[in-house]
Amino acid sequence: MLLSMNWISDFVDLSGLDKLKLINQFSLSTAEVENEIFFKGSDIEGIVVAQIVSVEDHPESKKLHLLKVDAGDGKLTDVVCGAPNVRVGMKTAFAKVGAKIGEITIAPRPLAGYDSFGMCCSEKEIGISDDNSGIMDITEEVANGTDIKELYAIDDIVFEVDNKSLTNRPDLWGHYGIAREFAALTGRPLKAAEGVDLSQYNSLPKVDLKIEDPLCQRYSCLQVENISKNVSPVNMRIRLYYCGMRAINLLADLTNYLMLEMGQPMHAFDSRKVEKLRIKRFDKPFTFTTLDGVDRNVDENTLMICNGNTPVAIAGIMGGLDSEIVDDTTTLTLESACFDSVSIRKSTVRLGHRTDASMRYEKSLDPQMTVPAIARFVKLLTDIDSDVRVVSSLTDEVAFAYDTITLDFTKAFIDRYTGIEISNDTIVKTLKALGFTVELNGNDFTVTVPSWRATKDVTMKADIVEEITRIYGYDNFEIHTAKAPLAPVRPDETKTVTDRVKDILVKRFSLHELHSYVWAYYDEYKELGIEIEDNIKLVGAVNPNIETIRNSIVPTQLCQVKLNTSYNAEFGVFEVGRVVNGLKEDGMCNEETKLAVTLFSKKKGVEELYFELRDMLAVLVDDIKHKEPTFKKIDATHSYQHLRNLNAVILDGEVIGEIGLVHPTVAKNIDKKAAIVYMEIDMELLAKCENASIKYKEPSRYPEMEIDLSFISDTFEPIANAIKAQNSELVKGYKVVDTYRDENGKSITVRILFSHSERTLNGEEVKEVTDKVIAELAKDNILLKQ
Amino acid sequence: MNEKLNAVKAELEKELAAVEDAAALENIRVAYLGKKGSITELLKGMKDLSVEEKKDFGGKVNLLKNEATEKIAAKFKELKEKEIEKEINSMPEFDLSVPANLERGSYHPVTLVQRECERIFKSMGFNVEDYSEVVTDYECFEALNIPKHHPARDMQDTYYLENGQLLKSHTSAAQNAIYKKYKDELINEGKPIKAIFPGRCFRNEATDACHENTFFQMEGVMVDKDISISNLIFFMKSMLSEVFKRDVKVRLRPGFFPFVEPGFELDISCAICGGEGCPSCKHSGWLELCPCGMIHPEVLKAGGIDPEEYTGFAFGLGLTRLVMMKYGVKDIRDLNGGSLKALSQFTDDQ
Repeated sequence: MLLSMNWISDFVDLSGLDKLKLINQFSLSTAEVENEIFFKGSDIEGIVVAQIVSVEDHPESKKLHLLKVDAGDGKLTDVVCGAPNVRVGMKTAFAKVGAKIGEITIAPRPLAGYDSFGMCCSEKEIGISDDNSGIMDITEEVANGTDIKELYAIDDIVFEVDNKSLTNRPDLWGHYGIAREFAALTGRPLKAAEGVDLSQYNSLPKVDLKIEDPLCQRYSCLQVENISKNVSPVNMRIRLYYCGMRAINLLADLTNYLMLEMGQPMHAFDSRKVEKLRIKRFDKPFTFTTLDGVDRNVDENTLMICNGNTPVAIAGIMGGLDSEIVDDTTTLTLESACFDSVSIRKSTVRLGHRTDASMRYEKSLDPQMTVPAIARFVKLLTDIDSDVRVVSSLTDEVAFAYDTITLDFTKAFIDRYTGIEISNDTIVKTLKALGFTVELNGNDFTVTVPSWRATKDVTMKADIVEEITRIYGYDNFEIHTAKAPLAPVRPDETKTVTDRVKDILVKRFSLHELHSYVWAYYDEYKELGIEIEDNIKLVGAVNPNIETIRNSIVPTQLCQVKLNTSYNAEFGVFEVGRVVNGLKEDGMCNEETKLAVTLFSKKKGVEELYFELRDMLAVLVDDIKHKEPTFKKIDATHSYQHLRNLNAVILDGEVIGEIGLVHPTVAKNIDKKAAIVYMEIDMELLAKCENASIKYKEPSRYPEMEIDLSFISDTFEPIANAIKAQNSELVKGYKVVDTYRDENGKSITVRILFSHSERTLNGEEVKEVTDKVIAELAKDNILLKQ
Repeated sequence: MNEKLNAVKAELEKELAAVEDAAALENIRVAYLGKKGSITELLKGMKDLSVEEKKDFGGKVNLLKNEATEKIAAKFKELKEKEIEKEINSMPEFDLSVPANLERGSYHPVTLVQRECERIFKSMGFNVEDYSEVVTDYECFEALNIPKHHPARDMQDTYYLENGQLLKSHTSAAQNAIYKKYKDELINEGKPIKAIFPGRCFRNEATDACHENTFFQMEGVMVDKDISISNLIFFMKSMLSEVFKRDVKVRLRPGFFPFVEPGFELDISCAICGGEGCPSCKHSGWLELCPCGMIHPEVLKAGGIDPEEYTGFAFGLGLTRLVMMKYGVKDIRDLNGGSLKALSQFTDDQ
């Protein structure tokens, strides 16, 4: 919203104060002011009122005229002018030689062979409207040579307030409310917005009016007739223009002016079209033509202003074309009303049409403003056009009134909230300046909230704190730390484990952390051949490519792998993120935190890559929980899983995730030749698992012995089981040192480490153990390789 | 005999002069000093000599034996040194001008900035809380004093799910749960609630270089008996000075958020121009950074805390925005896009 300092100064005397400083103070205490401040009139200088004494056609140009003008300096000046509206006797704005308009300094110059000593200006050229159709026609009785800035309020400082910072302040949608803030900030008195005494019309007939729907909170109206003037005074038009509105005609301009001044939207109907004013909703949707000529679909939830049963305006949003003031209108009915804010906002959204009026109604306007706005309107109208007659009494129907809000609080309450000392005197002064009534007994306050703040904004004690502190100024606060007892910080286990997992994966395994979205991407999945699995969906997403919430990170991660196939011949990525695994019994989403890791390689075979990933997992679990995961073959259930080598990851007997290959179809869609393996681990289950911690073993001071045995076996598991089954205290560990295949099948070489903590081993006791292992395995037909 | 001895001696010297490697030298040692070596043989050959001759000749042979032993040992040492020298000389000079292999992993930049903030808050005694992404209408709005008809609830802003739950549109959605989690300790043990909760948030809107439907925030709250606006400004200033590693000037302006009262927009002095005004701060000298305020009494009440007895402050930091500011990321979509060309640059940055 654009605001004029001149307009504000109508209601509070700001003379002698630094306006820019004030605007900055307003930004810090009330609402955000945009950075650019407009110094209106600063770019014109030396423009005076001049009268055209003679007009001659230019002999060589159809457009140009040769003028002699009287600029009040005791001589006639020759001017060549191209404006179509020049006429003898006309007074206009004249830029003398030496005058400045923007960057230009006016100098004598020849125009088609004739010298011109100055320039007659259009309203656009002097920056007071966008009218460039001809030179300005000055109708005021004023001496030639008068500086245009003395005649009109052209010099002004205009600033813009961010509308978003006014959402909770219905009182600030007009200059009067803004002036109240400046009054409070400067400690200067706020003047009244004068209006006529409407009671003088009480004997006149009432308007036929009935509110038939509670969405209309208040409807005030008055009829006037005999308006003889059609054009608004220049100063009014300048203010409207500076505040971003175009002048239309006196009546339209006045309703806009009142809206910009008081914040109260108003509307003028042709009285013939509103003989029986009814405010209501219709049962069925219909089409309605608004005054901008647009046919709009109006539904049954939209509040309408009607003449009997004929809709004439969309309440609070826009008038109808049919009830507009037209040339032969003699009597008009002035509307000043208040509507339910939520209803207006919703109607605006449904209609897809937001207006200056609806924007204000959405903020919960003060219903008590309707009548003063009419009083003010009539005053301004009769000041401009003394022929105007009021022909009805004020007709004012009230269907809803807010309760008066009274709040009690103590000085101690304010002190506790602020943490600084603000005196009772300052509190009283501040609140009174903002329109609150204040009673103070000792340190106990009782305040009444003014109606313009009581529609939703100020409802409780904490709101009062804001009023006091913002005017006091947050920059003036002395700041200090809180006095709070010490307490240890307790880390969240899942978070701690997550941080460690990330560190290990990044620092030890050189993986890259990525973030992907929480939903399935339809297009990308399709490209990879990944099925979208049934899961809970979003309702009404802006982007139609997203709808279903993911139940696994793996597919979204594979989409990102696809994106990076040319990044490097080999890379690994991971994400710790959320998935939703269907609904729980109570109907709530079963949200889980998962770790997904994918390795991609054009260099390694898939088996090597698979084991690399398995080892990564083992390192993670060992480092974080000092335990070892086990694996169990499972069947594929998702389209991205390879049917072979899919294993559940088991820790402490519980499945915490899976490790597998990517289905060949999907893998080939990502890259024709690369090996791709993945795992997904439930972070909460991993975090929950008890840490086995470090179990220190005294190292043996006696020599160790290593024995290698090669067995013909497809898997290592039975060999490990056979070694474990001996339960020998001499066995300190074992590892696979070689595997290979030949015509006899797959053979695995295991190296068993023996030692005794108190003495040197003898060969006999070692052999006894290895013989038993060999015998045990022989029972299952797993034989020693010869 | 003496001729024989002299011949052996001469022969040994000749051979020692010619020998070039340790293995040949060992052969020489065996050939002269071994059990069947020529010097040993000389001693054996003395059995036919007279006592007098034995004494004389034996002394000479022993002398030769000692001399030979010494010379061979010296030769061994010499050869070893030569070998080491050869090894040293055969070592090529390496070319360090070849670029280093920097293969290493990377963190998501949000992780880096989040960790930095967490570290700062932990050092000030704040607990770091984790919270779900799917929340209820109550948590996201109702408990935060956002009335039924508030525009923030409209479909176009929030991702609602089929079951009526929603993807949280702000981290404030965790406030209620945090209050309930810690209120007993606050009330019974007098422990203030001090918590931050970073998290991912979602807004149902079209994306472009400046808008994302998925982004990270970090919320913080502190509740105790006498938490004041003065404390709030102090904490924000200290915390932001740590985050930006400079003495940050802060200023508060009124800001309207239903879950705080009074509510503020907090600006920090522009780092680029130092407050003079520059294109980065749109010539104002200030950057709007985060909303904050005193927790609304209704919000405390919903969390089971009596607002007559306790007050608190809350603030919300845009982690994604901090990332963009810190690293100069111009297109917000790069953060969730997953391109390693962009994201692999974010190595540890503590």
